[in-house]
Amino acid sequence: MNKILRQIYSVILALLLIAAGVALQKTGTISIFSDPYAYPELIRLLWQHLYLVGVSMAIATIIGLTVGIVLTRPKFRAYTGIVMYVVSLGQTIPSLAVLALVMTFLGIGAKSAIFALTIYSLLPIARNTLAGINAVPASIIDAAKGMGMTSMGILWQVEIPMAMTVILTGFRVALVINVGTTALAYLIGAGGMGDWIFTGINMMMTDMLIAGALPVTLLALLADFLIEVLRVLLVSKGLRISEE
Amino acid sequence: MKLKKRKGIEMETVNFIIKNFNDVLFLTWEHIYMVGISLAFATLIGVPLGIIITKNELLAKKIINSANIMMTIPSIALFGLMMPVLAIIGQGLGKVPAIIALILYSQLPIIRNTYVAIKNVSPSIRNAGKGMGMNRWELLKEVEIPIAVPVIVAGLRTAAVMNIGIAAIAAYVGAGGLGVYIQNGIDRVYPEMILAGALLVSIFAILVDAGMALVEKVLTPTGILIQKRLSQ
Repeated sequence: MNKILRQIYSVILALLLIAAGVALQKTGTISIFSDPYAYPELIRLLWQHLYLVGVSMAIATIIGLTVGIVLTRPKFRAYTGIVMYVVSLGQTIPSLAVLALVMTFLGIGAKSAIFALTIYSLLPIARNTLAGINAVPASIIDAAKGMGMTSMGILWQVEIPMAMTVILTGFRVALVINVGTTALAYLIGAGGMGDWIFTGINMMMTDMLIAGALPVTLLALLADFLIEVLRVLLVSKGLRISEE
Repeated sequence: MKLKKRKGIEMETVNFIIKNFNDVLFLTWEHIYMVGISLAFATLIGVPLGIIITKNELLAKKIINSANIMMTIPSIALFGLMMPVLAIIGQGLGKVPAIIALILYSQLPIIRNTYVAIKNVSPSIRNAGKGMGMNRWELLKEVEIPIAVPVIVAGLRTAAVMNIGIAAIAAYVGAGGLGVYIQNGIDRVYPEMILAGALLVSIFAILVDAGMALVEKVLTPTGILIQKRLSQ
């Protein structure tokens, strides 16, 4: 049964790939990718896209991790509930609305796009850091205390490594949402691959549309894959074995 | 370029909404229509699929992985990729691509939550049901689904909130909805219109989130609620 399923799955995959190839050729996307004039523009937009994603993710990761860690310290534990509530409320606000709201107050350009993207990616990272560290069993922290570790030592050597899987899940959600939302950043004048997508939609130029949409999709899938690699690198071996 | 910030933009926005109230109602209705229809279809596809794949590990892994990949694709890119395909039947723009995309995006939370909920029904409860002489269908209907309902509704809630955001983006492929205000506002540099659109969409999402949380509470069987209270 499983063998048949596996074969059906690979046949479907192969058929999809062939169909995609034929579609790319028919719509003229291949020729746009190899066009000597369009090619540098593609690279420029891709860099712009990566720049927006990179800068906003870097800021969001630093702030998110700090907020998450600070809120789990005994001094600030009391505020955890309120912050979690605000964060989950913030996550229900649609990404396009966040971009539009930021634009009305900060104007257009890359800076306001980075601001909006940072705020939007911050939420999942902060929430998962908080949840991950809070989920570390008290017995393990007690054991660390019994070994004479300082609270800083416990944080770096026990709590963060234990929470790494959950933190990475939050990072993954943030990164994938970020790549997708950056495609919308074109609307507030920040450029990126959204340029070709929206131009393609507005002018009904299928080749340009696909040439814009395909790299964004691949970028998102690549980001997803990157997190898998990070998981192998960052999560300690013992935890990975016990998870599987 | 910095937008000209007028005094009292908040009041202006409220005035804008009041002045165009009929328009606002119509766009909100369009938004509700898109999200509602897609959620109904997604439930009809996702819940049975989630139940079926509890019988086969490999199938479950493949289907959840596919749904996961689907979810990774940025929404505007998906609209772009679907447009030429749907243009063959003359539906490249409008509500059809929007609803199809919304159905596809809702699959992951719905299938995953259904699968996890049914898998997590403890074997002792299942055995008790079997011992009472239930057949497989009865066991599913009387035991597994009632226990799984709160988690399934939680999946629907995630899907609904996400769909509201994606439906706003669908305004760019001509699907209508509250995203139209954001789109037109940005094009015309009309801050009141942008704010009205963004605020209405956000409020709509928050309201639906709260409403679904309520539904989740109402649909939880009394027995599970009592059990939860006792364990606390």
